[in-house]
Amino acid sequence: MTAELSITQLKLRRSGREILDIDRFVLDSGEILAVIGPNGAGKSTLLQVLALLLVPDTGIIELNGEMIVNGNRLAARRKLAVVFQESLLLDTTVQKNIEIPLRIRGVGRTEAIRRTREWMARLGITHLSGRRARSLSGGESQRTSIARALAMQPEILLMDEPFSALDYPTRKSLLAELGDILHTTRMTTIFVTHDFSEIPALTRQVAVMFDGRIIKRGNIQDILGETAVSVRSWAPWDEDMEDGRGAG
Amino acid sequence: MNIFTEGLQSAFQMLRSLDPDVLSITWRTIHVSTVATFISILIGIPIGTILALTRFRGRGVLVSLINFGMGLPPVVVGLATWLMLTRYGPLGMFNLLYTPTAIIMAQAVIASPIVAGFSLAAIQSLNPKMLLQIQALGTTRFQYLMLLLWEARLGILSAVIAGFGGVISEVGASMMVGGNIRGYTRVLTTATVLEVSKGKFELATALSIILLALTFVIVSLLSFLQQRKSAFR
Repeated sequence: MTAELSITQLKLRRSGREILDIDRFVLDSGEILAVIGPNGAGKSTLLQVLALLLVPDTGIIELNGEMIVNGNRLAARRKLAVVFQESLLLDTTVQKNIEIPLRIRGVGRTEAIRRTREWMARLGITHLSGRRARSLSGGESQRTSIARALAMQPEILLMDEPFSALDYPTRKSLLAELGDILHTTRMTTIFVTHDFSEIPALTRQVAVMFDGRIIKRGNIQDILGETAVSVRSWAPWDEDMEDGRGAG
Repeated sequence: MNIFTEGLQSAFQMLRSLDPDVLSITWRTIHVSTVATFISILIGIPIGTILALTRFRGRGVLVSLINFGMGLPPVVVGLATWLMLTRYGPLGMFNLLYTPTAIIMAQAVIASPIVAGFSLAAIQSLNPKMLLQIQALGTTRFQYLMLLLWEARLGILSAVIAGFGGVISEVGASMMVGGNIRGYTRVLTTATVLEVSKGKFELATALSIILLALTFVIVSLLSFLQQRKSAFR
């Protein structure tokens, strides 16, 4: 299931400083969008606003055309899943980390266990199911975090630099797997990244943020130039890496 | 050293012979301190949690008061409780002065700020992004708090250990509001003070050793629980 998320005339100020000022932004159903921009541009804040974790000073957020207000915020939040830069797992086993959020969202026990097993298998972490989250490596943690998000079967997936703490081989394999999953499920996705090399593996749609505004949006080729589409330009040593697929 | 070894022997002897006086004092100590700690958990953890998660005018003053309360002298708490419970005090009509309930009340007042202060620190030390992540899972307010306390449980257990340590070791408040009545409000600490004042140092040492052993067992159990949960850190 996919969904559309939009914001209109959104403003957010903190300590007298304007953090976000976005007139109109729409994330279309099934779209995968990368958000790039310099530090302090407001990318992570935008993601938190879209994830309904941060309430803006003014503006309207709509999920599938329904305006988000206090009364429906929790129900709307349960249609989303967020993956942060840090894996932020609960202090329990890998299996429980995936299962507990499902139970929180009202999924029955049998179905929760089935989905947990399915996503552990798809992310290649079945062998870690009984391991405590704190004993995992960075890559294993982030796989668990992504499996947790995907098992929730969110209508929209939001990711904030999910691969930035990973080494190149781990990042490469996880990007490839996630790219496959996102294109198979056609899950609406928005992800913040600093690393342009990650973009072609997931999408060709890019939004550029600067000073709290979205100043450009379009195809990666138009925004970053032809070389950005070629992953080889970012990892010239990697013979195996295929060029980006993109959602078009 | 002689007094200590003789005290140790006496302690073993009293426990082995199931001295009814000592057993009754020991049991009362466990009962009073456990109930007081439990009450302080019910008061302290919610206060610590609210102060850790909210920002409001006057919060800084409240945090300072909690920190101040962590070092409250038991004698002062005992006096305040005595004034509340005395016949002409605001709670005088309940006739609670010189009862085990009065000791529990005073001890709960001593332990609550300790539990609140430690809980506040435990929750505040969680990664702020973890709080966002828990919210992002789609938690209701209750589920959010439960997961939060689960994540902070090592620090919360420290709060319980510190609270229990604070009440089982205090003597001033128990003496003042309990009256050290034999067979009714006498606990290990007040009994020890009494025996010292009577010059019975062996018995006082024996009671101290029982108190130490009791504290050691209970705190060890809590520590075991805490460290078992942190074994994978």
